[in-house]
Amino acid sequence: MLTAVFWFLALLAAASGFMVFRVNSMARVTIALLVSFLAVGGLLIVLGLAYLGAVVILMMTMEMVIMLVFMIAYMTNPGGLTQMSMYHNKRASLSIAVGTFALLAAGILAVPWPRRAGQPPASPAFQLGQALMGPQMLTMVTLGFVLLATMVGAVVLATSRGRYDRFGDDLRRRSPDDPLRGGVGQ
Amino acid sequence: MTSSQPAPGRAMVTSAPLWSVLIVPVLLTAFAIMAVLGDALLAARAAGRPLLTAAAAPAAGAARLLIGQRRRTPAPDALLWRAGLWTVPAAGILAALVIPFGTVTASRMSVGVVWFNAMEVLTWAGLWLAGWGANSALSLIAGYRFVAQGLAYELPLMFALISVAAGAQSLDVADIAAAQSHLWFAVWMPAAFAAYLAGVYAFSFLGPFGAPAGHDVAGGVLAEVSGVDRLAIEAGRWLLLAAGAGMAVPLFLGGAAGPVLPAWAWSAVKTLAVLAGLTWARGRLPALRADRYAEFAWVVVLPLSVAQALVPALVDLTR
Repeated sequence: MLTAVFWFLALLAAASGFMVFRVNSMARVTIALLVSFLAVGGLLIVLGLAYLGAVVILMMTMEMVIMLVFMIAYMTNPGGLTQMSMYHNKRASLSIAVGTFALLAAGILAVPWPRRAGQPPASPAFQLGQALMGPQMLTMVTLGFVLLATMVGAVVLATSRGRYDRFGDDLRRRSPDDPLRGGVGQ
Repeated sequence: MTSSQPAPGRAMVTSAPLWSVLIVPVLLTAFAIMAVLGDALLAARAAGRPLLTAAAAPAAGAARLLIGQRRRTPAPDALLWRAGLWTVPAAGILAALVIPFGTVTASRMSVGVVWFNAMEVLTWAGLWLAGWGANSALSLIAGYRFVAQGLAYELPLMFALISVAAGAQSLDVADIAAAQSHLWFAVWMPAAFAAYLAGVYAFSFLGPFGAPAGHDVAGGVLAEVSGVDRLAIEAGRWLLLAAGAGMAVPLFLGGAAGPVLPAWAWSAVKTLAVLAGLTWARGRLPALRADRYAEFAWVVVLPLSVAQALVPALVDLTR
């Protein structure tokens, strides 16, 4: 039963990943990618990593929807009335893809896999938390600050209106001058 | 360090056999129907219409939608449109799989809270697609409205879930319910409870968060939908509301624990109480505009829910 579910999800992940390059609308492309990620999340749950699987489903759904909004906004034709293609530099990308696949597949078949030693942990989510908050604490803290700095930097670069536009040159204006009224403090 | 289970003791909730997965949609639909009926009766009483005809109206409407023709729009993306519409009820039912009812649960998942969150987030994709697929301007606006609303409600909702999970030191819904044997989380985590209830309205796009299906955009994501598809998305809203009300019981209201009555009765009573409260308050709260609520959510609600998540963390440390 579980083996059948595993193979169904595995084939679904690969097939919808392939469909990303076959369909011709940005909405369909992104949803095909989302289906692929959802299948991978399901695979993780089937393999006993319920926390990672659920988080993959959760994060990828949000990320794909937000990416969809930006991808459509950046298209030369956001209405999607002309046909689009996901292929760029067809020959080189195809050879890289096939080469990588061949290399990884050869690796899977050639490497002498070790026999399993010990048992899977009773609670993989708990073990993951211990690893992140224990030995990997420095990595996580560094990553957190890098991500935060990136987000703040991106927002600062992207915003066209700063506090001097909102509160005046001497920042003395009591309520901000925003194009859209309403919200906090207005 | 050993990888021992952090929870103080496994709760006495058993996973039902696999066929019980089929009971979940039936039970959830029953709760959703009660909410729809209550909503229709409240609206009829407010308008001074006869209550008996009002009680029959939802069933008649559903029957009409079942036999109704599908409206066609010029050049829709029918596949994505339909997939988006049917994602909404599917998300409600999938989210409800991990909710314990009495002493049984369809799926005793070790990370039930995260699963519930992930399934509720599927409505992001569902509603955006429902807006996009119709190839209609007002539907499209409504789809984007839901994404904007999602960016505002989702993080406070996640922190509310993190608060209760931290309070119980477990992601298992039954363990969270069992951790409230002394005091309900709703009592000592009121901000998390409020953020959670707002999230329930938001992911079922009802009440104050109904803008994606608002009158000002001619029904928004519902504007071009007819026939059985419309029944699916409209039922999906109420299924999501019922799932949210059902999940509030183990997360904040002590689960199935209570005196005299058996466990399943307490689950039913508490779920109905939350559902009735949400249905009653729905007509009494003002509709929120996504752009204004986004600012309020990020400037006020989000810091508040982070501070709320700190409380159970500190309580755990001093235990």
